[in-house]
Amino acid sequence: MPEPTLNSFLLLSAVLFAIGTAGVFLRRNLITILLSIEVMLNAVNLTFVAVDRFRGTVDGQIIVFFVITVAAAEAAVGLAILIALFRHRESLNPDAFTSLKW
Amino acid sequence: MDAISFWILATILVLASVLVVGQRNPMHSVFLLILSFAALAGLYILLGAPFAAMIQVIVYVGAIMVLFLFVVMLLNAPTEEATSGDRIRRMFGAGPRHFGAVLSAVFAVELALALIRLASMPMPSADRGAPVATVYDIGLRLFHDYGFAFEATSVLILVAMVGAIVLARREAR
Repeated sequence: MPEPTLNSFLLLSAVLFAIGTAGVFLRRNLITILLSIEVMLNAVNLTFVAVDRFRGTVDGQIIVFFVITVAAAEAAVGLAILIALFRHRESLNPDAFTSLKW
Repeated sequence: MDAISFWILATILVLASVLVVGQRNPMHSVFLLILSFAALAGLYILLGAPFAAMIQVIVYVGAIMVLFLFVVMLLNAPTEEATSGDRIRRMFGAGPRHFGAVLSAVFAVELALALIRLASMPMPSADRGAPVATVYDIGLRLFHDYGFAFEATSVLILVAMVGAIVLARREAR
């Protein structure tokens, strides 16, 4: 087993971020899309913590703290919007919400 | 740093994340995401960041994921309806979704190429004297240098709370 370097952590977080992007593009369920956004946020957090370790600072972890706070706010507002949308259309398929389509 | 635990945790993390995205039932997606967050918390501990690992478990798994779980149950977990056509077509549907799939694949390849070209940078490890970031250090930095950002965050939380209540409230008739 090779010892993990900074590159392995960066590669791992790149893979996670790509999985998250693919989820946002490919899924047709608003809940899964929100979950994919969480996956992307966590990929970025992993980068912050890994680079933090590499440089021997704590600033990255403080930014992770802020990112998690923003993610909590995003999840609360996003899920509230989702509930409101579901009340209107009885559907979570993003293709059902096309009223603003030009 | 323990190489074996890194590879085990990384495998769990990637597999669970792929399954989160590949799942049709949002309930299973939420549980798999909790598994992937647990693996990520393990990686944070390997990276000498116990504070990040703890807030990952407490805030992410304990609060955000429970919120998701509540909503999935509240909306009675409508599973994604399958579209007609064969499996490949379903994965890479028509129009903008097809474009999105190609775009995310290109993005992944691009990131991997950029990272492979970087020189290998060994991580400082605990047995070679790299310090573990304690809550004391983080708290000192957080309340001295990042004090304003911290206060701004509390306003953000308040706004999000009010916004969530206003958005999800039933309109009085």
